Amino acid sequence: MYPAPFQYHRAKTVDEAVGLLAGIGEGARVLAGGQSLLAILKLRFDEPTDLVDIGRIANLDQIDDAGEVINIGALATHNRIGASAIAEAIPIVSDCANGIADNQVRNLGTIGGSVASGDPSCDWPTLLHTLDGEILCQGPDGARTLDINGFVEDLYQTALKPAEIITGLRFKKPAAGSGGAYCTFKRCAPAYPTIAVGVQLTIRNGQVDSSRIALGSAGLTPIRASAAEAELTGGSLGADEINKAAEAAVAAADPYDDRRGSAEFKRQLIATLTKRAIAIAQRRAGGETVKNSPEYY
Amino acid sequence: MNDRILITVTVNGAPHEREVEPRLLLVQFIREELGLTGTHIGCDTSYCGACTVLLNDLPIKSCTMLAVQADGYEVRTVEGLEKDGKLHAVQDAFSEHHALQCGYCTPGMLMSACHLLETNARPTDLEIRKSIQGNLCRCTGYSNIIKAIASAADKIQEVSGQEVAGGNPV
Repeated sequence: MYPAPFQYHRAKTVDEAVGLLAGIGEGARVLAGGQSLLAILKLRFDEPTDLVDIGRIANLDQIDDAGEVINIGALATHNRIGASAIAEAIPIVSDCANGIADNQVRNLGTIGGSVASGDPSCDWPTLLHTLDGEILCQGPDGARTLDINGFVEDLYQTALKPAEIITGLRFKKPAAGSGGAYCTFKRCAPAYPTIAVGVQLTIRNGQVDSSRIALGSAGLTPIRASAAEAELTGGSLGADEINKAAEAAVAAADPYDDRRGSAEFKRQLIATLTKRAIAIAQRRAGGETVKNSPEYY
Repeated sequence: MNDRILITVTVNGAPHEREVEPRLLLVQFIREELGLTGTHIGCDTSYCGACTVLLNDLPIKSCTMLAVQADGYEVRTVEGLEKDGKLHAVQDAFSEHHALQCGYCTPGMLMSACHLLETNARPTDLEIRKSIQGNLCRCTGYSNIIKAIASAADKIQEVSGQEVAGGNPV
Protein backbone atom coordinates (compact mmCIF):
# COMPACT_ATOMS: atom_id res chain seq x y z
CA MET A 1 0.00 0.00 0.00
CA TYR A 2 1.45 3.34 -1.02
CA PRO A 3 0.73 6.57 0.81
CA ALA A 4 -0.55 9.38 -1.42
CA PRO A 5 2.36 11.39 -2.88
CA PHE A 6 4.02 14.01 -0.69
CA GLN A 7 7.14 16.14 -0.58
CA TYR A 8 9.77 15.06 1.93
CA HIS A 9 11.91 17.41 4.03
CA ARG A 10 14.56 16.35 6.52
CA ALA A 11 15.09 18.87 9.31
CA LYS A 12 18.48 19.07 11.02
CA THR A 13 17.35 21.24 13.92
CA VAL A 14 14.14 22.00 15.82
CA ASP A 15 14.21 25.56 14.48
CA GLU A 16 14.49 24.28 10.92
CA ALA A 17 11.57 21.87 11.48
CA VAL A 18 9.37 24.61 12.93
CA GLY A 19 10.32 26.93 10.04
CA LEU A 20 9.44 24.27 7.47
CA LEU A 21 6.11 23.49 9.16
CA ALA A 22 5.20 27.19 9.40
CA GLY A 23 6.18 27.80 5.78
CA ILE A 24 4.24 24.83 4.39
CA GLY A 25 1.15 25.35 6.52
CA GLU A 26 -1.83 23.03 6.91
CA GLY A 27 -0.71 20.23 4.60
CA ALA A 28 2.44 19.40 6.58
CA ARG A 29 2.81 16.54 9.04
CA VAL A 30 5.70 15.69 11.36
CA LEU A 31 7.46 12.36 10.85
CA ALA A 32 9.49 10.96 13.76
CA GLY A 33 9.59 7.15 14.07
CA GLY A 34 6.61 6.78 11.76
CA GLN A 35 4.97 3.91 13.65
CA SER A 36 1.62 5.70 13.97
CA LEU A 37 1.85 8.11 11.04
CA LEU A 38 2.84 5.66 8.30
CA ALA A 39 -0.06 3.32 9.10
CA ILE A 40 -2.43 6.29 8.75
CA LEU A 41 -0.84 7.41 5.47
CA LYS A 42 -0.84 3.90 3.99
CA LEU A 43 -4.55 3.53 4.71
CA ARG A 44 -4.98 7.05 3.25
CA PHE A 45 -6.83 8.26 6.32
CA ASP A 46 -4.68 11.34 5.81
CA GLU A 47 -2.99 12.74 2.70
CA PRO A 48 -0.50 15.43 3.72
CA THR A 49 1.23 17.47 1.02
CA ASP A 50 4.52 17.41 2.90
CA LEU A 51 6.31 15.40 5.58
CA VAL A 52 8.87 17.08 7.79
CA ASP A 53 11.19 14.37 9.10
CA ILE A 54 12.51 15.30 12.55
CA GLY A 55 13.94 11.79 13.13
CA ARG A 56 17.55 12.85 12.77
CA ILE A 57 17.59 15.99 14.86
CA ALA A 58 20.57 15.63 17.20
CA ASN A 59 20.20 15.45 21.01
CA LEU A 60 16.43 15.06 20.94
CA ASP A 61 16.57 11.47 22.18
CA GLN A 62 18.23 11.98 25.56
CA ILE A 63 16.89 10.20 28.63
CA ASP A 64 17.99 12.19 31.61
CA ASP A 65 17.56 11.77 35.36
CA ALA A 66 17.87 15.35 36.63
CA GLY A 67 17.35 14.44 40.29
CA GLU A 68 13.76 15.39 41.08
CA VAL A 69 12.66 15.43 37.47
CA ILE A 70 12.99 12.92 34.64
CA ASN A 71 13.44 14.43 31.18
CA ILE A 72 12.91 12.31 28.07
CA GLY A 73 13.63 13.70 24.60
CA ALA A 74 10.82 13.41 22.07
CA LEU A 75 12.85 11.08 19.83
CA ALA A 76 13.70 8.50 22.51
CA THR A 77 12.37 5.16 21.25
CA HIS A 78 10.23 2.88 23.39
CA ASN A 79 13.02 0.30 23.46
CA ARG A 80 15.67 2.80 24.55
CA ILE A 81 13.43 4.05 27.34
CA GLY A 82 12.57 0.45 28.30
CA ALA A 83 16.27 -0.45 28.61
CA SER A 84 17.23 2.76 30.47
CA ALA A 85 18.26 3.20 34.08
CA ILE A 86 15.05 5.20 34.54
CA ALA A 87 12.89 2.20 33.60
CA GLU A 88 14.94 0.11 36.02
CA ALA A 89 14.37 2.62 38.83
CA ILE A 90 10.70 3.40 38.05
CA PRO A 91 8.96 0.10 37.21
CA ILE A 92 5.79 1.72 35.81
CA VAL A 93 7.96 3.26 33.08
CA SER A 94 9.31 -0.19 32.25
CA ASP A 95 5.77 -1.63 32.19
CA CYS A 96 4.74 0.97 29.65
CA ALA A 97 7.85 1.14 27.43
CA ASN A 98 8.41 -2.61 27.20
CA GLY A 99 4.72 -3.39 26.76
CA ILE A 100 4.22 -1.26 23.65
CA ALA A 101 3.63 -3.37 20.54
CA ASP A 102 6.61 -5.60 19.66
CA ASN A 103 10.38 -5.36 19.42
CA GLN A 104 10.36 -4.08 15.84
CA VAL A 105 7.88 -1.27 16.55
CA ARG A 106 9.64 -0.35 19.80
CA ASN A 107 12.91 0.11 17.89
CA LEU A 108 11.41 2.88 15.73
CA GLY A 109 8.46 4.33 17.64
CA THR A 110 9.14 7.39 19.79
CA ILE A 111 7.62 8.79 22.97
CA GLY A 112 7.07 12.16 21.28
CA GLY A 113 5.18 10.56 18.42
CA SER A 114 3.04 8.53 20.81
CA VAL A 115 1.98 11.71 22.61
CA ALA A 116 1.62 13.91 19.50
CA SER A 117 -0.62 11.40 17.72
CA GLY A 118 -3.51 12.21 20.07
CA ASP A 119 -4.56 8.58 19.84
CA PRO A 120 -6.30 7.37 23.03
CA SER A 121 -4.85 3.91 22.40
CA CYS A 122 -1.25 5.14 22.57
CA ASP A 123 0.33 4.24 25.89
CA TRP A 124 2.57 7.20 26.75
CA PRO A 125 -0.22 9.79 27.18
CA THR A 126 -1.93 7.49 29.68
CA LEU A 127 1.34 6.92 31.50
CA LEU A 128 2.05 10.66 31.61
CA HIS A 129 -1.41 11.20 33.11
CA THR A 130 -0.49 8.64 35.77
CA LEU A 131 2.81 10.41 36.52
CA ASP A 132 1.44 13.99 36.23
CA GLY A 133 3.72 14.72 33.28
CA GLU A 134 4.41 17.78 31.20
CA ILE A 135 5.02 18.26 27.51
CA LEU A 136 7.77 20.53 26.19
CA CYS A 137 6.92 22.11 22.85
CA GLN A 138 8.51 24.51 20.43
CA GLY A 139 6.77 26.52 17.75
CA PRO A 140 6.99 29.77 15.81
CA ASP A 141 6.27 31.72 19.01
CA GLY A 142 9.00 29.97 20.99
CA ALA A 143 9.04 27.21 23.60
CA ARG A 144 6.27 26.43 26.09
CA THR A 145 5.39 23.70 28.55
CA LEU A 146 1.94 22.11 28.60
CA ASP A 147 0.30 19.98 31.26
CA ILE A 148 -0.70 16.49 30.13
CA ASN A 149 -4.19 17.22 31.52
CA GLY A 150 -6.18 18.46 28.57
CA PHE A 151 -3.35 17.97 26.07
CA VAL A 152 -5.28 15.38 24.07
CA GLU A 153 -8.43 17.41 23.37
CA ASP A 154 -10.31 14.92 21.26
CA LEU A 155 -9.68 11.90 19.06
CA TYR A 156 -6.38 12.61 17.22
CA GLN A 157 -6.56 16.26 18.34
CA THR A 158 -4.01 17.81 20.65
CA ALA A 159 -3.35 21.25 22.14
CA LEU A 160 -0.35 21.67 19.80
CA LYS A 161 -0.62 24.86 17.74
CA PRO A 162 0.10 24.91 14.03
CA ALA A 163 3.81 24.35 13.31
CA GLU A 164 4.47 23.44 16.95
CA ILE A 165 6.35 20.23 17.73
CA ILE A 166 6.98 18.24 20.90
CA THR A 167 10.65 18.36 21.91
CA GLY A 168 10.45 16.44 25.18
CA LEU A 169 8.41 15.05 28.04
CA ARG A 170 9.07 15.33 31.74
CA PHE A 171 7.64 14.15 35.02
CA LYS A 172 8.58 14.29 38.69
CA LYS A 173 10.40 11.25 39.99
CA PRO A 174 7.96 9.34 42.23
CA ALA A 175 8.66 9.93 45.91
CA ALA A 176 10.09 7.32 48.27
CA GLY A 177 7.26 5.00 49.31
CA SER A 178 5.59 5.45 45.95
CA GLY A 179 4.83 2.58 43.60
CA GLY A 180 3.09 2.31 40.28
CA ALA A 181 1.89 -0.16 37.69
CA TYR A 182 0.70 0.08 34.10
CA CYS A 183 -1.51 -2.87 33.19
CA THR A 184 -2.80 -3.67 29.71
CA PHE A 185 -4.96 -6.32 28.08
CA LYS A 186 -4.35 -6.88 24.37
CA ARG A 187 -5.33 -9.16 21.52
CA CYS A 188 -1.66 -9.74 20.65
CA ALA A 189 1.65 -7.92 21.03
CA PRO A 190 1.49 -5.71 17.90
CA ALA A 191 -2.08 -4.59 18.69
CA TYR A 192 -3.00 -1.53 20.71
CA PRO A 193 -4.36 -2.36 24.18
CA THR A 194 -8.05 -3.13 24.45
CA ILE A 195 -7.81 -1.36 27.82
CA ALA A 196 -4.87 0.13 29.72
CA VAL A 197 -4.85 1.29 33.35
CA GLY A 198 -2.04 3.19 35.08
CA VAL A 199 -1.93 3.55 38.87
CA GLN A 200 0.62 5.38 41.01
CA LEU A 201 0.27 5.29 44.80
CA THR A 202 2.30 6.97 47.50
CA ILE A 203 1.84 5.15 50.77
CA ARG A 204 2.99 6.35 54.20
CA ASN A 205 2.54 4.19 57.29
CA GLY A 206 -0.02 2.07 55.51
CA GLN A 207 -2.07 5.05 54.43
CA VAL A 208 -2.45 6.30 50.87
CA ASP A 209 -0.93 9.78 50.77
CA SER A 210 -1.68 10.37 47.12
CA SER A 211 -2.97 8.35 44.22
CA ARG A 212 -3.27 8.78 40.48
CA ILE A 213 -5.28 6.58 38.15
CA ALA A 214 -5.48 6.98 34.37
CA LEU A 215 -7.21 4.95 31.66
CA GLY A 216 -6.14 4.33 28.06
CA SER A 217 -8.22 3.03 25.13
CA ALA A 218 -11.25 3.73 27.33
CA GLY A 219 -12.76 6.63 25.39
CA LEU A 220 -11.88 9.24 22.77
CA THR A 221 -9.03 10.63 24.89
CA PRO A 222 -6.87 9.30 27.71
CA ILE A 223 -8.91 9.64 30.91
CA ARG A 224 -7.78 10.67 34.37
CA ALA A 225 -10.05 8.89 36.87
CA SER A 226 -10.05 11.51 39.64
CA ALA A 227 -13.10 10.06 41.42
CA ALA A 228 -11.33 6.69 41.58
CA GLU A 229 -8.27 8.37 43.07
CA ALA A 230 -10.47 10.02 45.72
CA GLU A 231 -11.72 6.58 46.83
CA LEU A 232 -8.13 5.57 47.66
CA THR A 233 -6.51 8.76 48.97
CA GLY A 234 -6.46 8.89 52.75
CA GLY A 235 -7.52 5.26 53.06
CA SER A 236 -5.59 2.08 53.73
CA LEU A 237 -6.35 0.10 50.54
CA GLY A 238 -9.04 -2.07 52.11
CA ALA A 239 -11.06 -4.35 49.83
CA ASP A 240 -14.05 -2.04 49.98
CA GLU A 241 -11.99 1.02 48.98
CA ILE A 242 -10.38 -0.86 46.10
CA ASN A 243 -13.77 -2.05 44.84
CA LYS A 244 -15.15 1.49 45.00
CA ALA A 245 -12.09 2.81 43.14
CA ALA A 246 -12.59 0.21 40.41
CA GLU A 247 -16.29 1.16 40.13
CA ALA A 248 -15.36 4.85 39.92
CA ALA A 249 -12.78 4.09 37.20
CA VAL A 250 -15.48 2.29 35.19
CA ALA A 251 -17.83 5.26 35.68
CA ALA A 252 -15.13 7.68 34.46
CA ALA A 253 -14.60 5.71 31.24
CA ASP A 254 -16.52 6.09 28.02
CA PRO A 255 -15.67 2.94 26.07
CA TYR A 256 -17.24 2.07 22.75
CA ASP A 257 -17.84 -1.15 20.80
CA ASP A 258 -15.17 -1.96 18.24
CA ARG A 259 -13.13 -4.90 16.92
CA ARG A 260 -11.25 -5.10 20.20
CA GLY A 261 -14.41 -5.77 22.17
CA SER A 262 -17.80 -4.52 23.28
CA ALA A 263 -18.15 -1.53 25.58
CA GLU A 264 -19.43 -3.86 28.31
CA PHE A 265 -16.41 -6.16 27.96
CA LYS A 266 -14.13 -3.12 28.20
CA ARG A 267 -15.90 -1.92 31.38
CA GLN A 268 -15.21 -5.29 32.99
CA LEU A 269 -11.59 -5.05 31.90
CA ILE A 270 -11.27 -1.56 33.42
CA ALA A 271 -12.51 -2.88 36.78
CA THR A 272 -10.20 -5.90 36.70
CA LEU A 273 -7.11 -4.02 35.50
CA THR A 274 -7.67 -1.18 37.99
CA LYS A 275 -7.70 -3.68 40.87
CA ARG A 276 -4.69 -5.46 39.44
CA ALA A 277 -2.70 -2.24 38.96
CA ILE A 278 -3.56 -1.10 42.50
CA ALA A 279 -2.33 -4.42 43.89
CA ILE A 280 0.96 -4.28 41.99
CA ALA A 281 1.47 -0.58 42.81
CA GLN A 282 0.92 -1.33 46.50
CA ARG A 283 3.49 -4.12 46.50
CA ARG A 284 6.00 -1.99 44.61
CA ALA A 285 5.42 0.93 46.99
CA GLY A 286 6.46 -1.50 49.72
CA GLY A 287 9.76 -2.13 47.96
CA GLU A 288 8.84 -5.45 46.36
CA THR A 289 10.01 -6.29 42.81
CA VAL A 290 6.97 -7.32 40.81
CA LYS A 291 7.08 -8.39 37.16
CA ASN A 292 4.28 -7.01 35.02
CA SER A 293 3.74 -7.63 31.31
CA PRO A 294 0.73 -7.11 29.05
CA GLU A 295 -1.85 -9.87 29.18
CA TYR A 296 -3.18 -11.34 25.94
CA TYR A 297 -6.56 -12.84 25.05
CA MET B 1 5.03 17.76 -6.07
CA ASN B 2 6.63 14.51 -5.08
CA ASP B 3 10.22 15.16 -6.17
CA ARG B 4 12.46 12.12 -6.21
CA ILE B 5 15.21 12.01 -3.63
CA LEU B 6 18.68 10.51 -3.95
CA ILE B 7 19.42 8.02 -1.18
CA THR B 8 22.17 5.54 -0.39
CA VAL B 9 21.29 2.47 1.62
CA THR B 10 23.83 -0.24 2.42
CA VAL B 11 22.12 -3.61 2.09
CA ASN B 12 23.95 -6.76 3.18
CA GLY B 13 27.24 -4.85 3.04
CA ALA B 14 26.81 -3.33 -0.44
CA PRO B 15 25.88 0.36 -0.86
CA HIS B 16 22.99 1.07 -3.24
CA GLU B 17 22.29 4.54 -4.57
CA ARG B 18 18.84 5.24 -6.03
CA GLU B 19 16.54 8.14 -6.75
CA VAL B 20 13.26 7.28 -5.07
CA GLU B 21 9.82 8.72 -4.51
CA PRO B 22 9.52 9.85 -0.87
CA ARG B 23 6.48 7.60 -0.41
CA LEU B 24 8.41 4.44 -1.38
CA LEU B 25 8.44 2.08 1.59
CA LEU B 26 11.68 0.44 2.65
CA VAL B 27 10.28 -3.02 1.88
CA GLN B 28 9.42 -1.93 -1.66
CA PHE B 29 12.90 -0.43 -2.07
CA ILE B 30 14.43 -3.75 -1.01
CA ARG B 31 12.14 -5.94 -3.14
CA GLU B 32 11.45 -3.82 -6.22
CA GLU B 33 14.48 -1.54 -6.56
CA LEU B 34 17.10 -4.06 -5.43
CA GLY B 35 15.29 -7.27 -6.44
CA LEU B 36 15.85 -8.87 -3.02
CA THR B 37 12.50 -10.64 -2.73
CA GLY B 38 13.44 -12.72 0.31
CA THR B 39 11.90 -10.01 2.49
CA HIS B 40 8.15 -10.59 2.33
CA ILE B 41 5.16 -8.27 2.49
CA GLY B 42 2.52 -9.96 4.62
CA CYS B 43 -0.15 -7.85 6.30
CA ASP B 44 1.32 -4.50 5.20
CA THR B 45 -0.03 -2.98 8.44
CA SER B 46 2.86 -3.55 10.86
CA TYR B 47 1.29 -6.60 12.52
CA CYS B 48 2.80 -9.71 10.99
CA GLY B 49 6.55 -9.08 10.83
CA ALA B 50 7.14 -10.96 7.53
CA CYS B 51 8.96 -7.81 6.34
CA THR B 52 11.34 -7.71 9.33
CA VAL B 53 14.88 -6.63 8.45
CA LEU B 54 17.74 -5.38 10.61
CA LEU B 55 18.32 -1.62 10.39
CA ASN B 56 21.65 -0.67 11.95
CA ASP B 57 21.49 -4.10 13.67
CA LEU B 58 17.99 -3.62 15.14
CA PRO B 59 14.89 -5.46 13.88
CA ILE B 60 12.26 -3.20 12.31
CA LYS B 61 9.23 -3.70 10.07
CA SER B 62 10.26 -2.50 6.63
CA CYS B 63 6.62 -2.03 5.55
CA THR B 64 6.31 0.74 8.14
CA MET B 65 9.36 2.79 7.25
CA LEU B 66 10.03 5.01 4.24
CA ALA B 67 13.08 4.21 2.14
CA VAL B 68 14.21 7.84 2.57
CA GLN B 69 14.29 7.28 6.35
CA ALA B 70 16.95 4.59 5.79
CA ASP B 71 19.23 6.92 3.81
CA GLY B 72 22.83 6.41 4.95
CA TYR B 73 21.91 3.43 7.12
CA GLU B 74 22.75 -0.29 7.00
CA VAL B 75 20.11 -2.90 6.30
CA ARG B 76 20.47 -6.65 6.62
CA THR B 77 17.99 -8.99 4.93
CA VAL B 78 17.57 -12.75 4.85
CA GLU B 79 19.77 -12.89 1.73
CA GLY B 80 22.69 -11.66 3.85
CA LEU B 81 22.55 -14.56 6.31
CA GLU B 82 24.25 -17.17 4.13
CA LYS B 83 28.04 -16.81 4.04
CA ASP B 84 30.30 -18.51 1.44
CA GLY B 85 27.57 -20.92 0.41
CA LYS B 86 26.97 -21.96 4.03
CA LEU B 87 23.67 -21.36 5.74
CA HIS B 88 23.60 -19.32 8.97
CA ALA B 89 23.24 -21.43 12.13
CA VAL B 90 19.67 -20.15 12.54
CA GLN B 91 18.77 -21.18 8.99
CA ASP B 92 20.27 -24.63 9.57
CA ALA B 93 18.32 -24.99 12.79
CA PHE B 94 15.03 -23.97 11.12
CA SER B 95 15.65 -26.64 8.49
CA GLU B 96 16.61 -29.28 11.02
CA HIS B 97 13.67 -28.65 13.37
CA HIS B 98 11.04 -28.23 10.66
CA ALA B 99 10.48 -24.66 11.87
CA LEU B 100 8.75 -23.66 8.66
CA GLN B 101 5.61 -24.94 7.03
CA CYS B 102 4.47 -22.53 4.28
CA GLY B 103 7.63 -20.47 4.84
CA TYR B 104 6.00 -17.08 4.40
CA CYS B 105 6.92 -15.74 7.84
CA THR B 106 10.36 -17.40 7.79
CA PRO B 107 12.54 -14.49 6.54
CA GLY B 108 11.17 -12.21 9.26
CA MET B 109 11.44 -14.94 11.91
CA LEU B 110 15.07 -15.55 10.91
CA MET B 111 15.98 -11.85 11.19
CA SER B 112 14.32 -11.52 14.62
CA ALA B 113 16.07 -14.71 15.74
CA CYS B 114 19.44 -13.50 14.45
CA HIS B 115 19.08 -10.25 16.34
CA LEU B 116 18.21 -12.13 19.53
CA LEU B 117 21.26 -14.38 19.28
CA GLU B 118 23.56 -11.45 18.43
CA THR B 119 22.52 -9.65 21.60
CA ASN B 120 21.78 -12.58 23.93
CA ALA B 121 23.91 -15.68 23.43
CA ARG B 122 21.99 -17.80 25.94
CA PRO B 123 18.32 -16.78 25.75
CA THR B 124 15.75 -18.36 28.03
CA ASP B 125 12.59 -19.89 26.57
CA LEU B 126 10.66 -16.74 27.57
CA GLU B 127 13.24 -14.46 25.94
CA ILE B 128 12.96 -16.47 22.72
CA ARG B 129 9.16 -16.18 22.81
CA LYS B 130 9.34 -12.42 23.46
CA SER B 131 11.83 -11.93 20.62
CA ILE B 132 9.28 -13.19 18.08
CA GLN B 133 6.26 -11.36 19.56
CA GLY B 134 6.16 -9.23 16.45
CA ASN B 135 6.33 -12.15 14.02
CA LEU B 136 3.14 -13.97 13.13
CA CYS B 137 3.18 -17.58 11.87
CA ARG B 138 -0.22 -18.27 10.32
CA CYS B 139 0.64 -21.99 10.21
CA THR B 140 0.97 -21.68 14.03
CA GLY B 141 4.28 -23.51 13.93
CA TYR B 142 5.65 -21.68 16.94
CA SER B 143 6.78 -24.73 18.94
CA ASN B 144 9.27 -25.77 16.31
CA ILE B 145 10.38 -22.19 15.68
CA ILE B 146 11.16 -21.78 19.39
CA LYS B 147 12.99 -25.14 19.42
CA ALA B 148 15.01 -24.11 16.36
CA ILE B 149 16.10 -20.80 17.87
CA ALA B 150 17.12 -22.54 21.13
CA SER B 151 19.05 -25.13 19.13
CA ALA B 152 20.78 -22.43 17.05
CA ALA B 153 21.86 -20.72 20.27
CA ASP B 154 23.39 -24.01 21.49
CA LYS B 155 25.09 -24.58 18.12
CA ILE B 156 26.61 -21.08 18.04
CA GLN B 157 27.90 -21.57 21.61
CA GLU B 158 29.39 -24.93 20.70
CA VAL B 159 31.14 -23.59 17.59
CA SER B 160 32.52 -20.51 19.33
CA GLY B 161 33.70 -22.79 22.17
CA GLN B 162 35.57 -24.98 19.67
CA GLU B 163 37.13 -21.93 18.03
CA VAL B 164 38.37 -20.69 21.38
CA ALA B 165 39.73 -24.18 22.21
CA GLY B 166 41.36 -24.43 18.77
CA GLY B 167 42.98 -21.04 19.19
CA ASN B 168 44.47 -22.00 22.54
CA PRO B 169 46.55 -25.18 22.01
CA VAL B 170 47.51 -26.77 25.27
